[in-house]
Amino acid sequence: MLQIKNLHASVEDKEILKGINLEIKAGEVHAIMGPNGAGKSTLSSIIAGNENYEVSEGEIFLDGEEISELAPEERAHKGIFLSFQYPVEIPGVSVTNFIKTAINESRKANGKEEMPANEMLKLIREKSELLEMDRKFLSRSLNEGFSGGEKKRNEIFQMAMLEPKIAILDETDSGLDIDALRIVANGVNKLKNESNAVLVITHYQRLLDYIVPDFVHVLMDGKIVKSGDASLALELEERGYDWIKQEQEV
Amino acid sequence: MAFEEKIDTTSELHEVRNNAIKNFEAKGFPTKKEEAWKYTSLNAILKNDFSVFPKKENTIEFKEVKKFFLHEIDTYKVVFIDGIFSSFLSSTTHDGLDVCLMSSALTKPKYKMVIDTYFNQIANTEDSLTSLNTAFSLEGAYINIPKSKVVEKPIEIIYFSTGVENALMVQPRNLIVVNENAHVQIVERHHSLNENPVLTNSVTEVFAQKRAIVDYYKIQNDVQTANLIDNTYIAQKQESHVSVHTFSFGGNITRNNLNFYHQGERIDSTLKGITIIADKQHVDHYTLVQHATPNCESHQNYKTILDGNATGVFNGKIFVEKEAQKTDAFQQNNNILLSDKATINAKPQLEIFADDVKCSHGCTIGQLDDSAMFYMQQRGIPKKEAKALLMYAFTSEVTASIKIPELKAKIARIIAEKLGVKMGFDL
Repeated sequence: MLQIKNLHASVEDKEILKGINLEIKAGEVHAIMGPNGAGKSTLSSIIAGNENYEVSEGEIFLDGEEISELAPEERAHKGIFLSFQYPVEIPGVSVTNFIKTAINESRKANGKEEMPANEMLKLIREKSELLEMDRKFLSRSLNEGFSGGEKKRNEIFQMAMLEPKIAILDETDSGLDIDALRIVANGVNKLKNESNAVLVITHYQRLLDYIVPDFVHVLMDGKIVKSGDASLALELEERGYDWIKQEQEV
Repeated sequence: MAFEEKIDTTSELHEVRNNAIKNFEAKGFPTKKEEAWKYTSLNAILKNDFSVFPKKENTIEFKEVKKFFLHEIDTYKVVFIDGIFSSFLSSTTHDGLDVCLMSSALTKPKYKMVIDTYFNQIANTEDSLTSLNTAFSLEGAYINIPKSKVVEKPIEIIYFSTGVENALMVQPRNLIVVNENAHVQIVERHHSLNENPVLTNSVTEVFAQKRAIVDYYKIQNDVQTANLIDNTYIAQKQESHVSVHTFSFGGNITRNNLNFYHQGERIDSTLKGITIIADKQHVDHYTLVQHATPNCESHQNYKTILDGNATGVFNGKIFVEKEAQKTDAFQQNNNILLSDKATINAKPQLEIFADDVKCSHGCTIGQLDDSAMFYMQQRGIPKKEAKALLMYAFTSEVTASIKIPELKAKIARIIAEKLGVKMGFDL
């Protein structure tokens, strides 16, 4: 589904990604772990199309199509979703109105009619219940005055509404208490099926207790230096990252 | 002068008018040499040969102008066409409150006491444009809300210009008296129906008595050849709350002189504005809040979005007199420039003579936030729509306090239209 080949990227002439190779197939859950500054968030931003980063080399394929020249909204229309580490506040625009706009823009881009209002309301009700969101929450201005947990829950709510092919969760566990973490993870697990995929980007193993990955990759200094199964995450939790660094040097 | 025959020289207003003429003749139109007019020049528009009185009565059909009204709800209406009252488009009343015409208030004996007490009492008699209006204004809205009356319907004051005259100068004059505990909402609008140049020099006096609540909304979304100088003077007695929202979305030159004078304790004044203009449009907000009494608050919040060659001015003056202890005065002015050729001149002016006050001001000039753009695009919202949503969000502190839902929806629609987008919902 998502294929990344020899990806190099830089921001303001500083090379951050130094040749990433990654393949994610439909139905899989991948996790990328790594120390601070390894390039984890850069990778997620680049997959989503953030124009502040320059891709100097390499390719990104979604279902066989090269997408690294596409605008962020075009990638979104093709089914890429990024749950932000720091979701942006948009005063004056309610959660409901924002998601309605997002859904209808995607439908428009894919040659579909706008979603009928009653269908939209039903979908919003369903998905907000899945994330255990209060009705009142939906009429509040997007992310304005939301707690860290509410922001992340709202991100997963939008993901549930948009039903992406591949969802990238960037540090979704940061700022979450254990209850919120469970709700968010539960939401992700329920949405997971054989035709979509999830890429979890995290510093800690905690979230991976709830969203169990098929593959775990370690990103260090702009490269994936080690891959394994879910047990690798536990090992990293136990031993930190230094031993991998030493392994590399040897 | 030729105007003399048109105005009533026998009334007691004769002297007031005469003094005003003298003041205007002595000072003339303001020029950029004056500090208060440093950024706004009237030279180009004054080259037109304006007629001061329309040659004949012009009419318009309601369906042509329906969209300029809050037509979804019932309102009182005082409507003028080329400066002349249109009884056909209006809906006035004398039933429990007065919503009627300045011309009758100035001439009929039953209004004499109110006119003597209030007319030209708060307007700045030294100001040349105000004097010009005082000298020649014939018509406008007269609103008098008696004690404890809560007016259920908003009052719309609308001035249309037909453009039948080649170039017209109109001098509307409004007097609004809101007595103790009374509550009223007013919407004012000026609109030209074709491209002939118009210069409107409007003067409005508002008197808010004890505990009165006045919410005043000004919609300025006129055609490219229309010019507006709005002089609004507001006097507030103790515990009154007055808010003025000014929406400047179009016109050639728009100048808003908004003046608040405090005459009692625990007064609350709100001055808010949204300016969204492009091309060569020019909007100048010149505000004054005169804190003269203790324990009062004023809140100013002006948002500006400029594109093309547009120029904006915000000059906000807060004056805190020695007696005005415990004043809480706040001023915020945020500006977004969408083009390299757009200009904003922002000038906060705080003059504080009391020692126990809380006064703050903030002014920002910037572009749209990149990370917010990326966030919205990531959710599938294209650049243009994302930009519009962000700009709408930028103005939301002002739209949030519009108390008439239909007006709020209308303003949101105008904003969406100005930003060139169609949203899937009413913003």
